[in-house]
Amino acid sequence: MKEPIEKIAELYNAETTENGGRYELTLAKENIHDAAAYLKREYGYDFLLEMVGMDYGDTLGVIYYLSQSTNPAPLLVLKTSTEKSDYPELYSVCDLWDSAEFYEREVYDFFGIMFINHPDMRRIFLRSDWNGYPLRKDYDANPELNPIPHRNEFLVDMERVPSITMSMGKEIETTRSLFDHDEYIVNFGPQHPAMHGVLHLRVSLDGEVVKSVDPNFGYIHRGVEKLCERYTYPQILHLTDRLDYLSGTINRHAFCLCCEKALGLEVPERAVYIRTIFDELTRIASHLLGWGSMCMDMGSITAFIYGMRDREKIMDIFEETAGGRLMANYSVIGGVANDIHPNFVKRVKEFIPYMRKMMKEHHLFFTGNPIARGRMDGIGYLSKEKAISIGATGPGGRASGWRNDIRKIEPYAVYDKVDFEEVIRADGLTFDRYVIRLDEIEQSLRIIEQLIDRIPEGAFLNKPKGVVKLPAGEYFQRVENARGQFCVHITSKGDAKPYRVKFRSPCLTLVSALKEVAPTHKIADLIMLGASFDYVIPCIDR
Amino acid sequence: MEVKDIRIPNMKYEDFKDNEYLEEYVDELRKNGVNIFVGKINDFLNWGRSNSVWPLTFATSCCGIEFMCVGAAHTDFARFGWEVTRNSPRQADVVFVCGTIVHKMAPVLKRLYEQMAEPKYVMAIGSCAISGGPFKNSYHVVKGVQEIIPVDVFIPGCPPRPDAILYGMMQLSRKIKVQNFFKLPGQPEIAE
Repeated sequence: MKEPIEKIAELYNAETTENGGRYELTLAKENIHDAAAYLKREYGYDFLLEMVGMDYGDTLGVIYYLSQSTNPAPLLVLKTSTEKSDYPELYSVCDLWDSAEFYEREVYDFFGIMFINHPDMRRIFLRSDWNGYPLRKDYDANPELNPIPHRNEFLVDMERVPSITMSMGKEIETTRSLFDHDEYIVNFGPQHPAMHGVLHLRVSLDGEVVKSVDPNFGYIHRGVEKLCERYTYPQILHLTDRLDYLSGTINRHAFCLCCEKALGLEVPERAVYIRTIFDELTRIASHLLGWGSMCMDMGSITAFIYGMRDREKIMDIFEETAGGRLMANYSVIGGVANDIHPNFVKRVKEFIPYMRKMMKEHHLFFTGNPIARGRMDGIGYLSKEKAISIGATGPGGRASGWRNDIRKIEPYAVYDKVDFEEVIRADGLTFDRYVIRLDEIEQSLRIIEQLIDRIPEGAFLNKPKGVVKLPAGEYFQRVENARGQFCVHITSKGDAKPYRVKFRSPCLTLVSALKEVAPTHKIADLIMLGASFDYVIPCIDR
Repeated sequence: MEVKDIRIPNMKYEDFKDNEYLEEYVDELRKNGVNIFVGKINDFLNWGRSNSVWPLTFATSCCGIEFMCVGAAHTDFARFGWEVTRNSPRQADVVFVCGTIVHKMAPVLKRLYEQMAEPKYVMAIGSCAISGGPFKNSYHVVKGVQEIIPVDVFIPGCPPRPDAILYGMMQLSRKIKVQNFFKLPGQPEIAE
């Protein structure tokens, strides 16, 4: 870990600081691309976890979180900044990591930083006619500048794609057409039953075969990160549940962990156990829904009804203890909101053998079905290298053989005290991504089984005194939600409200995996591929 | 239901010349064992309409999952004839706005609404669709779908429980039952 940092500091004149066990390198904007390329080439930093855009007041900046796929636990942080002008610029790193393509478009959308050599500098979430960059501190939120469009509009197939390239020391601004003029384009979404949300894909077809896919996000962009800057920390908890609502409890857990780490708050052991059990129940519920809707996309409505039936048992358990069904609203900073219901342990113990029995039924009913296998086998290959470069964490990446489970890499809560397997499959096909979810349900049951009898007695909440104010600094926490690595980045200036909050959406990278995998497949398989990655759109759009 | 109850605007009961003929005819048929039902065609149509409402699948976020729960085994809305969820707005009677509507989605929702055939209804599910909910202060959120399209039933909750959604459906059924079908389309008018 020490060696690359010293080397970069020496070669590129970087400033090195340490923050909570992570090394941070501050680089000049001219050097960022070269330093990143050096790190990737010489030290195998092949995974760009996250890019956080920042508005420091008088400058704009970007924070890069890097890691190695061979040694995923330590994170290396690169920081750079550029002057705040009408056209701030940075060098793109999307030639090094595929995940940077969407991340940089997001930074451009929110902060207006143009990335030189990025092939596609369109806005990613907001409408192309949007005025201003909303996450800048001097953003004018006057609704008259951006009125609500009341007229219905056609979906356009064609779009001009702007980009800036550097050639012979000169910047050249170019625009190109998104598709050729003789290409056959099908608009898929935003309102489509098989889309699992309001994603809009422009699909270019050659007969029945997909040539390319252009995802269009933002139909559910709710501006959560900007809202966080207006809310206090306990209020933000409410929003975290509603990002990826199927793993809402886990996302909330991540935010609580981040705040607790910053405050140095000790969480009662009882709360930690309860949180872990809730997380795993949420994971089962999410995978059941993902499984059910994937089968429904293949035409099996029965599977969907079965999945929802089993999921309802978990919802009942949640409701009894937490009061909420889908949104449990359970974890709070310092513990959990209230103690578990007297029936909780009994109900969970009843649920485990029930679920095991039903899993057999699910496998019998669908996994071995020749029609289902015909649609899943040999389709949608995602290689391990590509999965890492895209940053497709979670079951999507593990199906390609990439070990990326945060519960194993960087155990939080009580995952270091339980015995479970990180399910890995090697082939990276649609069938692997299908079956890995069912196998993970079994592992989650194992975890719950080990914990349910060991919930210690004692307090369930260690409430922080007074208004929660995080000490000034930057905090980072990642957890494994049902779709991959969910990360929370908080920059605090010591106030009751954060200066900047960034959530890493595991689903955004899954859509870039879809974009990578879809070409050469039939249009009918596109729906299947999307379902196998199981993305949740509000998590992407935030 | 009796023939005598029929009211026609601008025309009194006495003004019809064939009242006795119709009433006697119905009595005779009944006397001879024919199962005859006489009523207002408006009531008959509304009875059918209110019991087979076809929703459009339109879910933007979290409330959509609870809507799926309403459709699944535990709280099955097929019991009330609502189960035929349509994917095309042309075939749908009601649009369930499940979730937040943002600036980019507003024209799409408007377009979907305009593509639906009359008579059409809108249900705003969840606090986001009602007022913007927890995201009310955001720069990119529409503060309630009624800013874009007229709403018939509001179902509060974040997200509402499936039972609450069922209750809202019953409210819409009730509304359909008291409408005068022959004064549709246009702004639906409530009969007295």
